[in-house]
Amino acid sequence: MATVPMEHGNHDVTWTLPSRGTVAMACLITAESAIFTIFVVAYLYYLGRDVHGPTPKEALDVPWFYSICLISSSFFIVLAERAIEHGKMAAFRLWWAVTILLGITFLYGTGVEWRNLIVEHHLTIATNLFGTTYYSLVGLHASHVVAGLIMMLVVLAFSLMGAVHPHHAYRVKTLALYWHFVDAVWLVVFTVVYVVGRQ
Amino acid sequence: MRARSNSTIAVCRVIAALVAFASSAAVAHASFPASIFAPHSTPAHQEHQLALFVLGISALIFLGVSILLIYAIVKFRARPNDDTEPPQVFGSLQIELSWTIIPILIIVVLFLGTARVLFSVQDAKKPATALDVVVIGHQFWWEFRYPQYNVVAANELHVPVHTQAAPRPTFMKLTSADVIHSFWVPQLNGKTDLLPNRVNEMWIDPETPGVYVGQCAQFCGAQHAKMLLRVSVDTAEDFDKWIKNQQRAQAELAEPHVAMASMANAGSQSGDAIDAIDARRGQIVFEQQACINCHAVAGTVANGRYGPDLTHLMSRETLGAGAMANTQENLLAWIADPNTFKPGCLMPAMHLNERQNAQITAYLLSLK
Amino acid sequence: MADQSLPVGQGVEVVGTPLRGTWLEVVHEWIITVDHKKLGIMYIAYALVFLLVAGFEAMLIRIQLAIPHNTFLSPFTFNRMFTMHGTTMVFLVGMPILFGFGNYLVPLMIGARDMAFPRLNAFSFWVSAFAGLLLYYSFIGGVGLSGTGSAPDVAWFAYAPLTEKAFSPGHTTDYWAISIMASGIGSIGTAINIIATVFCMRCKGMTLGRIPLLPWLYATMSFIVLVAVSPLTACQAMLLIDRYLGGHFFDTQAGGSAILWAHFFWIFGHPEVYVLVLPAFAFANEIIPVFSRKAIFGYSAMVAASVSIAFISLGVWAHHMFTIGMTSFGNAFFTLSTMLVSIPTGIKTFNWLATIWGGKIRFETPMLFSVAFLFQWVIAGLTGIMLSVSAWNWQLHNSYFVVAHFHYVLVGAIVFMIFAALYYWYPKITGRMLDERLGKWHFWLMVIGFHITFDTMHFPGLLGMPRQIYTYEPDRGWTTLNMIISVGGFIQAIAILIFVYNMVHSYFRGEEAGPDPWDAWTLEWATSSPPPAYNFAIEPEVASRRPLWDRKHPEDPDSAFE
Repeated sequence: MATVPMEHGNHDVTWTLPSRGTVAMACLITAESAIFTIFVVAYLYYLGRDVHGPTPKEALDVPWFYSICLISSSFFIVLAERAIEHGKMAAFRLWWAVTILLGITFLYGTGVEWRNLIVEHHLTIATNLFGTTYYSLVGLHASHVVAGLIMMLVVLAFSLMGAVHPHHAYRVKTLALYWHFVDAVWLVVFTVVYVVGRQ
Repeated sequence: MRARSNSTIAVCRVIAALVAFASSAAVAHASFPASIFAPHSTPAHQEHQLALFVLGISALIFLGVSILLIYAIVKFRARPNDDTEPPQVFGSLQIELSWTIIPILIIVVLFLGTARVLFSVQDAKKPATALDVVVIGHQFWWEFRYPQYNVVAANELHVPVHTQAAPRPTFMKLTSADVIHSFWVPQLNGKTDLLPNRVNEMWIDPETPGVYVGQCAQFCGAQHAKMLLRVSVDTAEDFDKWIKNQQRAQAELAEPHVAMASMANAGSQSGDAIDAIDARRGQIVFEQQACINCHAVAGTVANGRYGPDLTHLMSRETLGAGAMANTQENLLAWIADPNTFKPGCLMPAMHLNERQNAQITAYLLSLK
Repeated sequence: MADQSLPVGQGVEVVGTPLRGTWLEVVHEWIITVDHKKLGIMYIAYALVFLLVAGFEAMLIRIQLAIPHNTFLSPFTFNRMFTMHGTTMVFLVGMPILFGFGNYLVPLMIGARDMAFPRLNAFSFWVSAFAGLLLYYSFIGGVGLSGTGSAPDVAWFAYAPLTEKAFSPGHTTDYWAISIMASGIGSIGTAINIIATVFCMRCKGMTLGRIPLLPWLYATMSFIVLVAVSPLTACQAMLLIDRYLGGHFFDTQAGGSAILWAHFFWIFGHPEVYVLVLPAFAFANEIIPVFSRKAIFGYSAMVAASVSIAFISLGVWAHHMFTIGMTSFGNAFFTLSTMLVSIPTGIKTFNWLATIWGGKIRFETPMLFSVAFLFQWVIAGLTGIMLSVSAWNWQLHNSYFVVAHFHYVLVGAIVFMIFAALYYWYPKITGRMLDERLGKWHFWLMVIGFHITFDTMHFPGLLGMPRQIYTYEPDRGWTTLNMIISVGGFIQAIAILIFVYNMVHSYFRGEEAGPDPWDAWTLEWATSSPPPAYNFAIEPEVASRRPLWDRKHPEDPDSAFE
């Protein structure tokens, strides 16, 4: 380190700090990523180790349509973010509602898939390693979708009551960040469960 | 067997002398029968040498840092009535680099030393003369199988001594019937865990006959503390005798039992005098109670595998995986209620009457 | 340059005596508070209560082990005692007290008025508090197997498959899993808060290169919490799924793996010990310079070393599993990664040494504990290196050598620095000094007791004594050593009682501290003791790492050198 005194620059530079909400959401996403990683590792580790029961190859159908619904909802939520940034509240409400609808459709698809697995293939969480790891991982993701949808419905309700204004754009974007994370996790889960796991 | 430079040997010898001086009693096999500093088998020797090497380096580091620290806190004490601040030094690149580079070098040396022993012990090839033993951990006892001899034993492991003239290491496969356990007899090797649904491997080549003690080293439930180990390292002749005994008895008991099993329930309420307690009556009681659900006696109807094999119970020095000495009184007390010695062990008290307990004891005493 | 920006050292005049309200109003104020200082105090008080409880559990353990074949505790009670002692110390003492200090100090040190999310802060505290109460409720609740309630008895790392329903049919495992999950939620909440505070709430002029080392280390530790606590939550969820929904995560009959729990747990467990030790380092980084009267040596290296420790610590976990049957390559990898962590750790240790070197050391109680910390930390680190030598670890693993090593870290390093921190910041928190004479009694008894117990404890391990056993055989040569260890435990207990007395007595009778009793240099000493609810009357503006040094030494300010 220097031991010679240095000249100092001007301190009139504006003092900017990162935004709390974004940092906090990034931290939450870090923690959630860690928990998902563990469930993904368990899923991959147990592939092929079942002693009996249905295998992924036999039981799983790839849920293309519902996955597209969920992933495209990220696009629509971006439209909603842009709308509120530009003060277009009606457009915001529209795209926000579309996002929620797509999320609900995805959940419906998960429900249909699970019903099919239980009734047709007799696969439950207690059946075998595949059942345990599959329902845990997909269920963990679905629970995060549910949590996101609840928060988004609250925002929608406030918005319909006229309580959401353009200066709330920052908070909406923080929530949208969470939603993007949930979609990104689905990309990983989809690849692991329906692509890699079905080999 | 191990290629080493002279200077390394010299260093190890100096360190060994220091350690021996500092803890001279620790080297005595008799006073400290589970000491890791009294190796009697190649893996234990290699681990021991490595330990001394690492201890030596650590001692040097500790001395160096401590001397500096003591010097600093003495020399740089604030003098009374001196309120001035010392010169403020914020750092020095050269100094900081030096105490980054030197530790890196020490780490390289330590790692290479470790890797050599690690691969030498863990990846050792099994020679053709090796004895195979399968170790199965249970709550709270040890099952030992000798596949080469068709022998099943429990709790006390017999292995032959390994000499240059007659090399006979013991290579073990370890697994568990329930939870995770760990096989640790410090004078013969470091420990290896026993896991259900998985086979681990370890080996020993004990060089001196004797009894070596150890115990389970992975918490496995209520009686983890009493899941003790005794390894009897026998001379070649003694080992063969032991094996033959374990095998021989299996053939002999077959015939008399057909008659036994068909006798009516003569155990508990026959008109015989109370001192007519003998092994044959005991066997009948044994086979008509629930004992045979858990225990096996080769050549009889008793074929349970949940508890230890009892075929040669009296060839063991202890009962209950080392919980107590194998004497008549202890055996009787154990059968009456195992919880007197090992509360929480998985053998229940069967609540038989005194006479039945005595009869079963008499029978078991005959299982030599 | 900094003259007008810092509030005057005497702090704000309080006019008259503020009305305290009724007892009920005071309690209500504390329950609903979102003030980081009050929450910090509650965390610390909560932890100190559990320190006494877990210490009592330790004394019971030591009484049982003082002689072989002792019948003071049944095996069932003993197994609950060591499980609860470990679980309590890590989750209900270590984490809360360190989060408590972080809560109290981080906003003050960066010139903020509170944490980034005060309500999340309160929520995290109350969830953690609930977790502790749930864990201890287990002693009376549920259906115990043997009459001593359902307190967890599966060891603090609760290895599967011992914890599966088949082998633990009662509720002990459930209490363990659920209360620790709750505590984990609290930890993650506080970690998010600390990171957001350090990055987003700094006062003017306080760039990341100027924040004191304590906030740096707390931010680093919080990052580790985010990455490491979730794996624990995950595997506990898996365990509960196995126990109650018929899952097979750790069911070896169905092809499940017993080793998977160990991996997941230690992926949490190892970074967790760095979560516990980094705040201790943070305290050392603040206290040692002040009592040596010199700036910390190598600030940038300290930051880099601490962050490196955090990252490397995520990759060493399987050094707890050298005996579980990994391949020789796996063992070699984890040997190397573990050894690597000693390099940044060594850098920090030498930097402390260099800070003291050439200083003018004052030996008040905080510095006494810090010097003892330095010695003990070196020894703890060296026994850690010994344990990283995987081939030797096969002998040392799960023996009392390991117990000695981690108590050397947890007590010798972390608890000693917690004591140092309490003596150092108690004046700031309460406005009164702790008694120096009692402090010295506390220190010397603690040092003597600590060394009697934990130096000795290495030897039974080297002589073959495994851990987590309720009794041992008299012919192994461990008897005298165990007795000595137990005696040392009692000496430490006396030391801690003296400390508790000091804390209580000084609150009422201690010498008044004023805003800056130690002549220190960071922002928390620039406000009154205790600080007002809003911390600083005027938001500070800083131009260097030691704003108060600049004020006190206008002829030689740090700001000219950074």
